[in-house]
Amino acid sequence: MEIGGEYLEILGSSILMTDYLEYSNALFREGLLDGQFIQLQMLRDDSNPDFVVEVVTLFFEDSQRILNELSKTLDEQNVDFKKIDANVHQLKGSSSSIGAQRVRNACIAFRSFCDAQDVESYGFCFFVLFPDQMCLRCLQQVKQEYLLVKNKLEALLRLEQQIVAAGGVVPTLNDVS
Amino acid sequence: MAVEDIGSGCSSSGDQEFHVLAVDDSIIDRKVIERLLKISCCKVTAVDSGSRALQYLGIDGERSSLEFDELKVNLIITDYSMPGMTGYELLKKIKGSTKLRQIPVVIMSSENILARIDRCLEEGAEDFLMKPVQLSDVERLRDFMLRGGEEERELGRKRKTPDDSCDCRPLRKRPTPLATACSSTFRALEEPVIVHES
Repeated sequence: MEIGGEYLEILGSSILMTDYLEYSNALFREGLLDGQFIQLQMLRDDSNPDFVVEVVTLFFEDSQRILNELSKTLDEQNVDFKKIDANVHQLKGSSSSIGAQRVRNACIAFRSFCDAQDVESYGFCFFVLFPDQMCLRCLQQVKQEYLLVKNKLEALLRLEQQIVAAGGVVPTLNDVS
Repeated sequence: MAVEDIGSGCSSSGDQEFHVLAVDDSIIDRKVIERLLKISCCKVTAVDSGSRALQYLGIDGERSSLEFDELKVNLIITDYSMPGMTGYELLKKIKGSTKLRQIPVVIMSSENILARIDRCLEEGAEDFLMKPVQLSDVERLRDFMLRGGEEERELGRKRKTPDDSCDCRPLRKRPTPLATACSSTFRALEEPVIVHES
């Protein structure tokens, strides 16, 4: 019956919306996302319904490029620490702009361990003996955080698609961190 | 403007749209700032470097002054840390040009360095915004600029001289570094304040 069909539709999208809220709340609680992500969601409207998807996609592409650059630079005989610093700074900026908080923090840590100037002036310590080792560890950490948030964001955006397909409206998020 | 645009009420007045030139080397930040500005009813041109910004503004002599007037830029908003020409260097070039120095320039930075903020404001920047820039920052900026713009037009009409022969600054209150920092204190407190830039 017609009424039954509509009821099921509403039920279906309600369940999805609840899932979505629970999923996103967890991401905020775990610090994977911060308030900046909500700011981005506020910029979405009927004339630009895919705004968040577009920005996040750009972030994935740009981050992959930067991570590849970083791996390549660290692989070289004479590591260019200034180049490393510039790349990490870029990634810090873009992750901050979309609210990928843990990626941003990993970048901040990376820069404090591998500051181009400090590497040259450190006293006798682990960093001087193995600065590229230190940087490799930091890079590992950044990659890990990036892949994690990428995974989660893809899942979140998939949920959004499902909600819209089911005739529902994507709920507005609140920062519960 | 699309009819579906949400209601900050992009009502079309008789005047031209407020045209902002956004400069940022990050493709993500360009997309975000462009959206923020469009939602705030501004016309936006986004470029990826200081040199491209200067090209657009016609400072390298490729454009005739007639073309420049048609592309009138009401505000320049630029990132500070960019490869090649920094936002600060771009600011200096703009303020050093008789043709362009009347255009207000706003600097954006992810780093809360007081010496940097001071330097930019001293060089003539209108405001200094902490990144990531939010809708409230852009709306506040636009309102501030539009009020100042009206005053400027009033002054221009009374004086009856061409704008760029006049050395006067518009009668606007310049934000103090502290006032500007406070407007995004919430975000500024997340990172340590560095007093002296190395």
